[in-house]
Amino acid sequence: MRPAIVTATCLAVACAHGARNDVTPPLLEREQNEHLLSRATFGARPQDRERLARIGVAAFLDEQLHPERIEDGALEAQLAKFPVLERSTADLAQDMADERGMRRDLVTQLAQAKVMRAVASERQLQEVMADFWFNHFNVFAGKMNEAALLPAYEREIRERALGRFGDLLAATAHSPAMLIYLDNWRSSAPLPPRARATAARRKRGLNENYARELLELHTLGVDGGYTQADVIEVARCFTGWTVAEEKTDPRFVFRPGMHDPGVKRVLGQEIAAGGQGDGEAVLDLLAHHPSTARFVSRKLVKKFVSDDAPEALVQRAAETFLRTDGDIRSVLRTLFESPEFWSRRALRAKVRSPLELVAGSVRALGARVDDPAALARAVARMGEPLFAAQAPTGYPDDAAAWLSAGALLARIDFAVALSRGQVEGVAVDLDPVAARAVALSLGSPEAQRR
Amino acid sequence: MTVRTPATSRRAFLKGGAVLGAMLGGGVVPGFIRRALAAIEDDMGDTLGRSPDGVPAGARRKVLAFLFLRGALDGLEAVAPYGESRLAELRPDLALPAPGGERKSDTGPGALLDLGASGFGLHPSLEPLLPLWREGTLAVVHAVGLSDATRSHFDAQDFLELGTPGLKSTRDGWMARAAAQAAGGRSRLDAIAVAPRVPRSFRGDPSALAFSSVDQLRIRPVAGMPGGPRGRALARQTFQALYENAADPLVAASAKEAFAAADFLEHKLAELGHGGGEAGYPDSPVGKSLRLLAALIRSDVGLRIAFAEVGGWDTHAQQQGTLSRHLADLGKALAAFRADLGNSIEEVTLVAATEFGRTVRQNGSAGTDHGHGSVAFVVGGRVAGGKVHGRWPGLDDDQLFEGRDLAVTTDLRSVLAAAAAVQLGATDVSRLFPGYTGIVLPGLVGV
Repeated sequence: MRPAIVTATCLAVACAHGARNDVTPPLLEREQNEHLLSRATFGARPQDRERLARIGVAAFLDEQLHPERIEDGALEAQLAKFPVLERSTADLAQDMADERGMRRDLVTQLAQAKVMRAVASERQLQEVMADFWFNHFNVFAGKMNEAALLPAYEREIRERALGRFGDLLAATAHSPAMLIYLDNWRSSAPLPPRARATAARRKRGLNENYARELLELHTLGVDGGYTQADVIEVARCFTGWTVAEEKTDPRFVFRPGMHDPGVKRVLGQEIAAGGQGDGEAVLDLLAHHPSTARFVSRKLVKKFVSDDAPEALVQRAAETFLRTDGDIRSVLRTLFESPEFWSRRALRAKVRSPLELVAGSVRALGARVDDPAALARAVARMGEPLFAAQAPTGYPDDAAAWLSAGALLARIDFAVALSRGQVEGVAVDLDPVAARAVALSLGSPEAQRR
Repeated sequence: MTVRTPATSRRAFLKGGAVLGAMLGGGVVPGFIRRALAAIEDDMGDTLGRSPDGVPAGARRKVLAFLFLRGALDGLEAVAPYGESRLAELRPDLALPAPGGERKSDTGPGALLDLGASGFGLHPSLEPLLPLWREGTLAVVHAVGLSDATRSHFDAQDFLELGTPGLKSTRDGWMARAAAQAAGGRSRLDAIAVAPRVPRSFRGDPSALAFSSVDQLRIRPVAGMPGGPRGRALARQTFQALYENAADPLVAASAKEAFAAADFLEHKLAELGHGGGEAGYPDSPVGKSLRLLAALIRSDVGLRIAFAEVGGWDTHAQQQGTLSRHLADLGKALAAFRADLGNSIEEVTLVAATEFGRTVRQNGSAGTDHGHGSVAFVVGGRVAGGKVHGRWPGLDDDQLFEGRDLAVTTDLRSVLAAAAAVQLGATDVSRLFPGYTGIVLPGLVGV
């Protein structure tokens, strides 16, 4: 039976927006459940199916949209193996300053912890969204001592993954991880031209990097209606947003001496809050801008519905975004309760990313993970080394990106390895016949999608 | 192949089916998996004589390679116009001393290297390229770039890869269109990207392959199969059969090429053992990519058009150290590539280019922001090397693009079109670059 609340919502939405000329039959209940689990989680475990069938779609979604209500103690115990998660940024930065080779160790631990969460967290939707937002606000572990800043950065994103977009944007804007990755910490007002041309003077001046990516990738989108002049004005607003003690105890600080006190105009609007307030005003302006609502909504629709994002749904999601002050939970509800989400067209429309494939395969088997190191390596081999996307775009989210010849064969090889118990740290023990069946199933064309 | 389900395998299958059933939520085991399982039972013990129909060995093919320097390389540092007094003025911390000059600091890079080209010097970290320059297998094109003014990496990269600056809706990549025009038609393994993902440059070419290492192409034997190459071949066949009937066009298309390539390359490249051990490749992503590319060219697998990429050029802050490191890596990799190819260099043209250049003026953090014109390197036996091609626009205020960037006087498409014409016989420029009405850069690549 179709979950009542979903049916009701679908009908309401369909009526409100004109019935779609969709002649394909609606999803069967079993298909609905598979579909939801394929999008709201990293892949269904056998017990997830049972539970969803028992409590129904509405209750399941309510639960997943409120991760704070979900007990996740078993995962926490497993994460204790990764000390970087517990240590302070200052400690980690100090380690990196003192010891060569720390970066690799840090990133390895983080990647493994991320895989572990994807496989074993009960707060699956939160993990899916934490992955989504990390990628949206991507930073690269290879820059300076960025690796030491990542545990805190990831934690801040995870905590806000289902909250307000504005809070998420503000958290990243104030984070030493973003300030260093996109160089804003070095950006300052140039000294007046009359000042002597000393070495100190040369160290002053704008750096446009953060301002541009803030507009292009974090908020408005490249076609969101800004100009090169806006980039420069935004950069001026953020002068003085920097990092104190970047090597030993990196933390956000506003330095008035670096700030450009002049009046700025961003997107036609005067920004004259003064000091740190200039940057805060820009964040506020951007977080509530209709282009941001559309850009973020389209990206979410692509993530949860299909690469070919239905425009009407993008529009409705953007309306929700604007109406609710960027409440991500509400936007997700709009998606999950839309006829587009439950349409046959959306079924298996997404190609699984390497992380989704690896975590999903382990979850499908219900296999116990004692050590996720080999799983993290498998994700990298398929083309998604975690925390290692160098460009601020992060990793792509479209089907074609993950299905190169090499990646596809690596995906199939992983299925075979897993079936044979050859993925170290993952407990799989099947007789040869069962192993073959599992290899063919997890390595099948159908398994490439979700 | 007839599908038999011998009693033994049917019995055995039930166990596998139970596992599958649990995974699939109590659903039925799909028929395709059942048939594939049965096929394995049949094939087990078969000797695998099936040789892949390889590309006929024949006359050496000409190869066009494109190395994408993603992230916006600072052309004004890589090949510095030291003859411009404005450069040192606008880049007090970055401009390097003219060739023969004294180094500025103990730690930074030294003076520029003399290219014998008036007013231009090579970044000292690119020293490994000097022998190529002198033997005439390396040319530089300066003040080169896109006709579109965007300073977005991602738009500019798309524009370059699609070959249509300003137009994002183009459905296929320029390399896909180049491959389609290749004289003598298409053959297996003629279009390869040494990259983790199929680049947009190849979009629209269903037979273009992408892989980042040969190791990535190995599928290990399924449980119960013999080990080694025989088991791997058996595993490949099993999955190949499974994917042949895939309803999913995208997956099926990728799989078709992948299996064919895997079979062929495993043999071919095993013979070579990758090779290039003595050429001096750096142990870096670009070193590995060019090494694999050279192996593919030398083993004559059928390659005609190839893509590789290397990032790290987005030097917004303290760029001197970062850029020196990346240039040294690139220089070593290209020099090794050339050495590794030996005489085959005669058949190869490699164009290394970036999406745009960087501001002429250094920014507030001893780096540079997004600009416009940059530099391209062209390596190959038919290249008019030892020469800086293009028209120098100058660095005076009124010569700069939008008052801040090196102007573009040579459209990158004129460089790519010149290379594609000679290497592939792709002479229909309007098809290669729809909407492009400019020239094909003369005198860059000889026939």
